[in-house]
Amino acid sequence: MTQATKKETPLTLDVFTAGIWKENPVFVMMLGLCPTLAVTNSVLNSLAMGIASIFVLVCSNALVSALRHFIPKQVRITTYIIIIATFVTLVDYIIQAVSLDLYNKLGAFIQLIVVNCLILGRAEAYASKHSFTKSVVSALGMGLGFTLALVMLGSVRELLGAGQLLGYQVFSTQFEPWVVMILPPGGFIVLGSWLLLINYLEQRKTGQLIAADSASQCAVKAESFS
Amino acid sequence: MSTPENQIPEMPSSTKLISTLAVVAMISGLLVVLVYEFTKPIIAENQRLATERAIFKVLPKATSRLTFVVEQDKLTLADDKSAGELVYAGYDANNQLVGIALNAAAQGYQDTIKLLYGYQANSGCITGFDVLKSTETPGFGTKITTDADFLANFKCLDASVNEQQSALVHTITAVRNGTKQNAWEIDAISGSTITSNAIGRMLDKSGQALHPVIAKNLNLLEQAKSTH
Repeated sequence: MTQATKKETPLTLDVFTAGIWKENPVFVMMLGLCPTLAVTNSVLNSLAMGIASIFVLVCSNALVSALRHFIPKQVRITTYIIIIATFVTLVDYIIQAVSLDLYNKLGAFIQLIVVNCLILGRAEAYASKHSFTKSVVSALGMGLGFTLALVMLGSVRELLGAGQLLGYQVFSTQFEPWVVMILPPGGFIVLGSWLLLINYLEQRKTGQLIAADSASQCAVKAESFS
Repeated sequence: MSTPENQIPEMPSSTKLISTLAVVAMISGLLVVLVYEFTKPIIAENQRLATERAIFKVLPKATSRLTFVVEQDKLTLADDKSAGELVYAGYDANNQLVGIALNAAAQGYQDTIKLLYGYQANSGCITGFDVLKSTETPGFGTKITTDADFLANFKCLDASVNEQQSALVHTITAVRNGTKQNAWEIDAISGSTITSNAIGRMLDKSGQALHPVIAKNLNLLEQAKSTH
């Protein structure tokens, strides 16, 4: 893990952990929000989507990084999309082979991994400039961070929206599920709440909990949404 | 993303661009073909198992089954891979016909809902169903498989064939929750009206088309296993 690579900055644990928390794709970089909001209505769906994304992210970034000296700048985006689409197709077949139930649940969102900007973003911003090992390690971290974020959303939504976790009943039958949580608006509410909590904790840590500051932060976040 | 802060790179020849794309596309094609060929039999087997599971779920008394394909007004013995409308007949250990499983599909709230339902030709009852494909809203449309009141509709949903063997005696319809009066009506789930209506429509469509054919070929179905 800490083995240094020539010329580039050494491969440190930071390369791996950055994606999990400090540069978390969902909570910090706000990338890949479409699947984040769409499939996180249960923990299992979140987990499956996360694993599928990790696979595509790691494989495509590995290939992009390996071919980075051969790909001319002018056709790089086309090439990245071909590579990403290939691995998405593979995941599509593999999930069908593993479980048809899961495939039917995830529906169109597997194919939509192609346009997940997290994956293209990492290919362009990281894998095309860094060594093979670093790209793979970074992609793994980013993928895990993405999965973590999906599961964080999924568990809250499943718990409140169905009273269950991973299909097991958690609350007693007297609990009336908040159905809104498993519907699309619930995705926005839970994502917003997590962002609020995470940003609050982050600011408290740096001792900058000033109203004006948080307002400007919100404006920046709102911009990155548009 | 990347900013071209260094001087504008020279435009490589188009041959290089094209050959790069060609090489990448070939690697991609190879990978896809390899995985496709590898997973194809597994996926086919999964689909077969899913159908199998559904058939024995809607026909709990069956221990074996035969597949028939509908050709105009005739039923002919076929295998699961045959094209056309398939009819699955379930038999018990004594080779007696215990029910028939049929496919039905209709547009639901988000996408087509597909299900397999059990039909008793002698009593004209639809006795249950299993959802094969559904992307209905969780918490609303998905209740069709869990709501006890809704499932009570399928103890014996009347889908009997008229005397001319041309259509059903009564049109199967979904009615507003709590207003079911007749055996051919489906008591809709309150809040899942669109999904409930879709179930009503698909059962009626499938029933009108297939139940008369089954009525005409009932002897064949009943004897198929013992003579087979």
